[in-house]
Amino acid sequence: MSLTTMPATGSVEENRSTEPQRPSALSRLGTAFAMFRNPKSLAGLVILGIFALVAILAPVIAPFGPLEKDFSALKQPPSAQHWLGTTHLGEDVFSQIVYGTRGVLVVGLVAGVLATLVAVIVGVAAGYLSGWRSEGLSALTNVFLVIPGLPLIIIVASQYDDPSIVLISAVIAITGWAWGARVLRAQTLSLRNRDFVQAAKANGERLWRIIAVEMLPNLTAIIASSFVGTVTAAVLGLTTLAFIGVIPITNLNWGTILFWAQQNGAFPDFWWWYVPAGLCIAILGTALSLVNFGIDEYVNPRLRSAGERARAMRKKGLSMASGVTAVRVAPEDVDDAPGGTASPAAEASATTAAGGAAPRP
Amino acid sequence: MTTLELRNVSKRYRVRGSGDMLALDDVSFSLTSGQTIALVGQSGSGKSTIAKILTQLERATSGEVLLDGEPIPHRGPGLRRYRQRVRMVFQDPFASLNPYHTIRHHLERPLRLDKVVPADQVEDEVRSLLARVRLDPDATIDRRPHELSGGQRQRVAIARALASRPELLIADEPVSMLDVSIRLGVLNLLADLQRESNLGVLYITHDLATARHFSDEIMVLHHGVVVERGPADDVILRAQHEYTRALRGASPDPDKHFADPTGRAVTRS
Amino acid sequence: MRFLLRRLAFYAFTAWAAITINFFLPRMMKGDPITAYLQKHQSEFNPEAIDSLRTLFGLDSDKPLIQQYWDYWGQLFSGDLGRSFSKGLAPVSEVIASALPWTLGLVGIATIFSFFIGTSVGTFIGWRRGSRADYVVPFATFFSTVPYFWMGLIVIAIFSTRLGWFPASHAYDKGSSPEWSWDFIGQVVAHGTLPALTIVFASLGGWVLGMRNMMITVLDEDYVTVAEAKGLSPQRVMTRYAARNAVLPQLSSFALALGFIVGGTLVMELVFSYPGVGKLLLDATNAKDWPLMQGLFLVITLAVLVANILADVAHAMLDPRTRMMES
Repeated sequence: MSLTTMPATGSVEENRSTEPQRPSALSRLGTAFAMFRNPKSLAGLVILGIFALVAILAPVIAPFGPLEKDFSALKQPPSAQHWLGTTHLGEDVFSQIVYGTRGVLVVGLVAGVLATLVAVIVGVAAGYLSGWRSEGLSALTNVFLVIPGLPLIIIVASQYDDPSIVLISAVIAITGWAWGARVLRAQTLSLRNRDFVQAAKANGERLWRIIAVEMLPNLTAIIASSFVGTVTAAVLGLTTLAFIGVIPITNLNWGTILFWAQQNGAFPDFWWWYVPAGLCIAILGTALSLVNFGIDEYVNPRLRSAGERARAMRKKGLSMASGVTAVRVAPEDVDDAPGGTASPAAEASATTAAGGAAPRP
Repeated sequence: MTTLELRNVSKRYRVRGSGDMLALDDVSFSLTSGQTIALVGQSGSGKSTIAKILTQLERATSGEVLLDGEPIPHRGPGLRRYRQRVRMVFQDPFASLNPYHTIRHHLERPLRLDKVVPADQVEDEVRSLLARVRLDPDATIDRRPHELSGGQRQRVAIARALASRPELLIADEPVSMLDVSIRLGVLNLLADLQRESNLGVLYITHDLATARHFSDEIMVLHHGVVVERGPADDVILRAQHEYTRALRGASPDPDKHFADPTGRAVTRS
Repeated sequence: MRFLLRRLAFYAFTAWAAITINFFLPRMMKGDPITAYLQKHQSEFNPEAIDSLRTLFGLDSDKPLIQQYWDYWGQLFSGDLGRSFSKGLAPVSEVIASALPWTLGLVGIATIFSFFIGTSVGTFIGWRRGSRADYVVPFATFFSTVPYFWMGLIVIAIFSTRLGWFPASHAYDKGSSPEWSWDFIGQVVAHGTLPALTIVFASLGGWVLGMRNMMITVLDEDYVTVAEAKGLSPQRVMTRYAARNAVLPQLSSFALALGFIVGGTLVMELVFSYPGVGKLLLDATNAKDWPLMQGLFLVITLAVLVANILADVAHAMLDPRTRMMES
């Protein structure tokens, strides 16, 4: 070839203009995010995005400073000036909620990242190793699962007069990694004996490469779901700690608002003071759960197809009470990967429709 | 000439709660480049264990694996060199390719790992590998395994095994997971490649008919013991061991349509 | 049998780990609130009580660590958890013993109720997948993410303050004392209803969703199809074939979620001023009553362990393949 002086990939692509291009960065990204491409995950991500925007743009959105006091308007119900009313010191509740989003998201994110890191390291190691090292790691995981986390967090956090955000996140992460590690271990165990991992081993790939390049990409859905799970737990943990007053009030979050509300007799009359903060926690939690449902359905396509199948059958006038027909008319699950006879195009569409690169059960 | 030899190899598995299981009992044989040996036996006879020991995915409990008379190293660069010379094709092409990666990745890795060609020629080599296994490089190189049919996947798996330019190939039931109609195509491909590169092939199968057709020698494995070995036709036509005869009786004979256990021909209805 | 032995070994290990964490926690903390407290209140302690606190909180650093550890265990076995600073120097074990029954009663009963109701609902909507029953799912999702304490506050605002149906706080009326009389039991039920309902509603969603997903997965199995093809009644297939198999992982996650649930319900007790270990823990935290906090953590952990063992026994009785090692 005359173009050998040029970089190999470039020369080849120029020579064959009709061939499909190498996967662009965008389409690779698309594959990685396939697990989010369903209505539930999307809805969850949109809500999360809104919260993130609110946190970033807090000074723009909030009409007042979070601790700005207006002594002429104490415990006011919602009005045009104070959208969600005011506190006993005349602070604007809406502004407090907006600024409080920051504390919640930062701790949720930091704790989620830390816990997921630990979960991946411990879980994948426990799944890939064998013998006493694996047993030891999974025993450790189970111990952390069984030990009640919140009392431990309360005790540790209360040892400090002014625990920092990072410390709080770290303590939440320490008590929250075990569930993810457990799920990852189980998944790694099943991956470890899959032929493509054995093939990589037989090709002489190094251990870290087998884990990082061959196995981890197939675990992304599980890792994402365990991340989302720990963020949910961290948000609940943080607001709970703030509510019971273990976290200094300088760290403003939704739990702090509830703490103040309870301390200052907001219950039950001044509903605008305590209802919005709690609703925000629940909505954020719901958004995170929605993302996770989407991932669950991506990993376990039965969950998704069940509803669709039943609806399709009702349209045809069949009853869903009898599952026999349901099972018989639905042989096209992902499990039935295509054989060798059908045309590749037809197969490709069938499999991609059924969940893309989802690991086969 | 490269010779791979298994000398007095035994493999014992620990089974929780019910003692040990002897998967291989004192097995010895050798495989030389240019030669195809079929290893025949029913499931559970220890065929796959031999494949795993030859690729060093598992260690023999006792006995030795020798390459050109030298015991093979169990770790380090020596093991990698060994693995570059002895490659394996797995049984299930749906499982042996990583669903996350493209075909390019699967073929690039062994090339880069063993530095088969300079880095700037990897792309060309990947394409020529795909062409060697009769796949259209343009149509396959950027696809992921789930976008290919079973036969195409197995061809990719064969290309991957050939990438490091091995001298010996272990094919563990390479067609048993494929549709009957395309089995022959894949086996013919293997035979062609074997001749082109003077490969030594260990063809592991439970199918006596293809074993006879594609290999020079047949070795029959039964409960972890080699019960019979010899030129393909001899083993089939003049089976010494009772188990071989049983195997032969169980496999379809192209000369008869259907046979009932007593041997009388039965016409198809 | 092997399965149970293995599990028992695991629980023994977990108990050991929890006790060891409890041993090291105060020893790793910087600052020393105990010494400060002891100096201030020297006269109120007898030498014996001071000794026990020194062992519990690592003030015996003149001794080698292993000796401290042994002493610590010895003291635990004699049931001595130190003296509570905030409860008039009463023995910690007595303080906890007086609070524990309230929590066990409230949290225990409410959690079991929630599990049974949630699993039944989940069985049903999993069975009727794709029907209108699916509308339960978004509600269950929302309720499963509402913080317990907030739901408690809302429930009080509505049912106690506004409607006046139930008392808002404490375990029984002011002025009465625990006794075995119908009047007192009535008070306990009245006071316990709101917190129990809150726990049930706040934790119900998780069980519903978990069981629904397991049902949907199990319903695709061949044995369910065969059972239907045999002409068994739908109820029988749903309960004896599908639900029976779907409930096993549900039980496992029940056992594992206990630690999490207990955390949430402890805070509930604060909201309802319920005199259980949760309120005790938070009071102790605010009062910097270290001995009581440490003792409570230990007792709560051991209680969760016992609950786990019970869940395991139930699992073993339902699952014929208990020899399987995976828990």
